[in-house]
Amino acid sequence: MTLKTEPFVVNVGPQHPSTHGVFRLRLTLDGERILDADMVMGYLHRSMEKLAEERTYTQNIPFTDRTDYLSAMTGNLAYVMAVEQLCGIEVPARALWLRTIMAELQRLASHCMAIGIFANDCGAWQTPVMHMMRDREKILDLFEMACGARLTLNYMRIGGVSRDIPPEFMPATRKFVREFPKKIAEYEDLLLENEIIVARSRGVGVLTADQAIAHSVSGPMLRGSGVAWDIRKADPYAAYGKVDFDIAVGTNGDVYDRFVVRIAEMHQSIRILEQALDMIPEGPVHAQLPTATVQPIGQPVAPLALRPPVGEAYGRIESPRGEIGYYIVSDGSPAPFRFHIRSPSYINLTPLKLMTVGATVADAIVILGSVDIVVGEIDR
Amino acid sequence: MRLDAKWYDLRDIGNAVGALLEQINDCGAPDWVPYVVSSLIGVVGILLWTVLSVLAFIWIERRVVGLMQNRIGPNRVGPFGLLQPVADAIKLLLKEAITTRNSDKVLFWLAPIVVFIPTLVIFAAIPFGEKMVLADLNVGVLFLIAIGSINTIAVFMAGWSSNNKYAMLGAMRTIAMLISYEIVQVLVLLGAVLFVGSMRLGDIVAWQDDYNTWLLFMQPLGLLGYVIAGAVEMNRSPMDIAEAESEIVAGYHTEYGGIKFGFFYQAEYLAGFGIAAIIVSLYMGGWTLWGLEDWVPGWLIFLAKMYGVFFIYIWFRGTLPRLRIDQLMGFAWKFLLPLALVNVLVTGGEVLLWQEAGLSAGEALPLFGVVNIALAGALVVGWAIALGHRSRERVAHRAILTNELGAIYYGEASPRL
Repeated sequence: MTLKTEPFVVNVGPQHPSTHGVFRLRLTLDGERILDADMVMGYLHRSMEKLAEERTYTQNIPFTDRTDYLSAMTGNLAYVMAVEQLCGIEVPARALWLRTIMAELQRLASHCMAIGIFANDCGAWQTPVMHMMRDREKILDLFEMACGARLTLNYMRIGGVSRDIPPEFMPATRKFVREFPKKIAEYEDLLLENEIIVARSRGVGVLTADQAIAHSVSGPMLRGSGVAWDIRKADPYAAYGKVDFDIAVGTNGDVYDRFVVRIAEMHQSIRILEQALDMIPEGPVHAQLPTATVQPIGQPVAPLALRPPVGEAYGRIESPRGEIGYYIVSDGSPAPFRFHIRSPSYINLTPLKLMTVGATVADAIVILGSVDIVVGEIDR
Repeated sequence: MRLDAKWYDLRDIGNAVGALLEQINDCGAPDWVPYVVSSLIGVVGILLWTVLSVLAFIWIERRVVGLMQNRIGPNRVGPFGLLQPVADAIKLLLKEAITTRNSDKVLFWLAPIVVFIPTLVIFAAIPFGEKMVLADLNVGVLFLIAIGSINTIAVFMAGWSSNNKYAMLGAMRTIAMLISYEIVQVLVLLGAVLFVGSMRLGDIVAWQDDYNTWLLFMQPLGLLGYVIAGAVEMNRSPMDIAEAESEIVAGYHTEYGGIKFGFFYQAEYLAGFGIAAIIVSLYMGGWTLWGLEDWVPGWLIFLAKMYGVFFIYIWFRGTLPRLRIDQLMGFAWKFLLPLALVNVLVTGGEVLLWQEAGLSAGEALPLFGVVNIALAGALVVGWAIALGHRSRERVAHRAILTNELGAIYYGEASPRL
């Protein structure tokens, strides 16, 4: 005799401990097995792309902090790179190196959170995430030294960075770079080899290289699927062309490989930082900007605003989550005509259904954790 | 040295109660009066003790886990935050006890009570000291197992009656999980009972005292199985899948608030104490500690051991990630159950050997201890390898480091950690 059963719909989110914000996942379940998964986005939509069309190019920089709030530096960087491309601004060498250092510090901070939250989703009740928060705090202290803020940094400027680093920044960063590998080794001992983490993540949420490419996935997720692709190497920006580092790739494309890739990337970030701290030159940190001095007729009054020539530009960098790109169209006015963000969290989520169908509820949470989403970036 | 059974000998509070009962008898009261008085004293004593212990351990757990997690923990209410559990308890008492509209009202109200009472009743059969046992049952172990299972029903009642999907998932998980681990629990306890030849907990403790050993040396596999099955029964990490916070919010008690939630919370702690008390009585010599019980009250030794065992569970919670339900059940059926069966077989053989070959306890017990510990180690490692513990799919590895942009690595062997 078979019992008549029917599928069971569960809304994971928008209020749920493990959706990292207000993301909603609508699961159709057969017992614990997932039959279907729908993603519902938009609970954190703030209309940033439209708002940006009403502000000057410089005023838009703080918006980019608030998309990917766990990695504000990279958001800043991608945006200012797009504008610089549009205006043809040459950025001084010291600013490029500073951008590299900040982006790598930010990658470390973001990966700390990604790994910690992933362990939390595996059920390691806050202990790993608390330890990683502790180490992330040290990075945030460095940011505070450099620009005064800790989370929404607003450090990059069109043509350079907002200010030069204070004298105490370099020794503090060197100390951090010396000490941090010990912390990474600790994470490896406690998490990478952890029997339960391995059991929970090996073979779960598999995304093959073909599927990953087809879904335009990027970042650690793409590399976890075995594709050696990194914009820092493919299209070197800032000072990445001058430093030596490796791309970390996994082979199976499962949750464990994404985790392993993130850990390996932390080692590579330290490697980049070590080189960058030695190679950074002295000099100015800001280029002279071609600001308009004549007020064009019929435009809003913004005498010293930057007015890029008519055209379009796309600035892309490798953020901790993947390829973050800012597409900007200028009509010659002080505000962008079109402002679009290609956010890695959003695009990395698209294969979620592919990964979760057939898995269990517990797996779905771990898979979502391994994608490392920031809802502020998904919804903008 | 035996106790001299004077009423002022607080090494065993049972003495004082006994003296009081004699007084009542001497006054010429009817026979039922001493029974009622003694049970009242026991019940009130246990209730008070459990409530205070739970309050204390809420604070201890939060501070200890705070230490493990690099944070401070509660430190605002009272000195060192000691009054935090009291404040929480008052808050829970004063809160509105919400009953959701679409719930099954009767079951919804009944579940917290049904979950609380069996966890409390467990302590009736636990010997805190030589005479400090409320109900000295000759089927004590069986009673504990039977009472321990009632929890499952209550949890399922809570999950089903809430009419909430997370609660439902939690309830389904509980049933699946506890049915699996109940069997393991019975089989591992059987080993201890076989060795002693009695189900009375007092006898089991006395046996360990007489032979000057702890059963955990004779039953290492049994202890392993019971510690894990106990973690499942008390719903604590890494086996807290019935209320897995990161997955199903709060599991079966998602819809509960106020004092109804308080009952679940307290029942969870009480179940924890109950499991710890059973472990201490069965495997760790109960109230005895190689002669120290002559100088220190036995119940203090018992409580110290019990809190120590419970502390290990707090430690688990602070360090281990959670398993998935199929892995947890696979672990019960594929790993613990065969080992428990082997344990029963080996124990039975040893007891038979002991009786038939006429070995003295001094010869037999060290031999059995060494054999059982070696066997336990070999079996755990061997069985894990046989189940594929070191296979390629289960071993930790590192990422491949490459400089070859655009290359695709698929299914290649990664460097091992």
